[in-house]
Amino acid sequence: MSSSRRIRLTRALTAAALLAALAGCSAPTPWVKPYEREHFADPIMSFNRDPISSVYLDHVLESREGARGATGAVGGGCGCN
Amino acid sequence: MQLAERRGASREGRAQQVRLLSPFRRTLLALCVIAAPALGGVLPEDRADVLWHDYNGGDITVKGPSVLVQKKAGDSLSFSAGYYEDMISSASIDVKLSASPYHETRKQENVGVEYLHGKTTYAMGYIHSKEPDYIANTTFYSISQDMFGDLTTVTLGYRRAWDQIYRDIKQPDGEIVNDPTFHERADHRGYTLSVSQILTRNLIADFNYELLTDQGYLANPYRKIRYLSPGQGNGFTLADQIYPNTRTTNAASLQLKEYLPWRASVAGSYRFFRDTWGVVAHTVEADYTHPWRHWVFDGMVRWYRQTHADFYSDLFPYANYQNFMARDRELASFTDWTFGVAASYQFNVPGAPWISKSSANVRFDHLYIDYKDFRNALLASEYGAGNEPLYKLNANIFQVFVSIWF
Repeated sequence: MSSSRRIRLTRALTAAALLAALAGCSAPTPWVKPYEREHFADPIMSFNRDPISSVYLDHVLESREGARGATGAVGGGCGCN
Repeated sequence: MQLAERRGASREGRAQQVRLLSPFRRTLLALCVIAAPALGGVLPEDRADVLWHDYNGGDITVKGPSVLVQKKAGDSLSFSAGYYEDMISSASIDVKLSASPYHETRKQENVGVEYLHGKTTYAMGYIHSKEPDYIANTTFYSISQDMFGDLTTVTLGYRRAWDQIYRDIKQPDGEIVNDPTFHERADHRGYTLSVSQILTRNLIADFNYELLTDQGYLANPYRKIRYLSPGQGNGFTLADQIYPNTRTTNAASLQLKEYLPWRASVAGSYRFFRDTWGVVAHTVEADYTHPWRHWVFDGMVRWYRQTHADFYSDLFPYANYQNFMARDRELASFTDWTFGVAASYQFNVPGAPWISKSSANVRFDHLYIDYKDFRNALLASEYGAGNEPLYKLNANIFQVFVSIWF
């Protein structure tokens, strides 16, 4: 491959990479419009409808199992003997 | 709320603030958060809950009250405060083997604040837990950002906890006091990444990742290991557990929730867990919620399985068999199932126009744990050490609570 051809190829690849990067920076168009999200306002769609109850149940299970975390809840430490 | 920007601060001022932060502090600032699973950009509702809980299983009863109040101040600030109490009465299999039945109370208080600025929510809080032989202080911080047309919410979290561990002993006169020769500490750090994503007009996903590190005294000072000693007693001897002083855990979970055509919702979740002690765990859960007139009914099934820690054994071959040794059943291999049902009734409170909504709620869960390598050592005299039946735990968990929105 000649050096001029290599330079052209490099420039083309650089331009393509820049375009791809710019495309990545632009915010995607929301595919679910705000007026189509009424179901998410319904309390039954909440992942944590009653925090006082879910935090308690997480605490009970975490005290008896080796695994912990990634439940979205923050608990205080305890001896849990 | 030093993390929050003042309303109306100039762009230059904000840039100046950012420049004042070193790269390390900027990184720390980015990590200073805890997962709040709610969608960002919306403060919690003004709400108060009063709950009574009751756990009964494995010859342990734990019951007590819990209160949580959340209240907004203006459009940007929300405060929360809570109180929780465990009144414990324990004669569990571990207690019967190596200690004596006991009663104690754990009290926990927590406060928190959230600040909403544009599409960003900053939160921080403090939790204090105290029982006669354990004191824990936890602080947590989080930052949530709505993006991509509010279809996506990203939350970063950080928490830090300091524990002080004591050991109770019974004096000759029967009084229970802290052992003056035993006072240990443990420190904990947690880092969380959470992404909530609206996928379709009926489907939402929630991804959580959490890294936790512990350093210090991580064992239970009351529990013992046992090792074979043929010809002595029941064929085994008890000895102190020896734990590593550090632990790092990784957990990642994915939840999906779908709105059904007849106004109900179904959810499924999976969590993978692994730690540096050799424990690997899988959790699968399915939930169904069905409103009917003034009622909301919930059903839940949860399956959990874990492998044992590298240094766990139900019965070691001899004393000082290895450098780390544990027999805590939380580190054994086991499978558990949880079945839960709940009912919530919404009603109006006459003569209290400031209450916009209220509900009375009851929830029952049954927990069944099937241990694979934790034996009922209390039956050693009957079956012989190492040949006892595997232990199984059945527990009933009740919750009754009232909620009001104002």
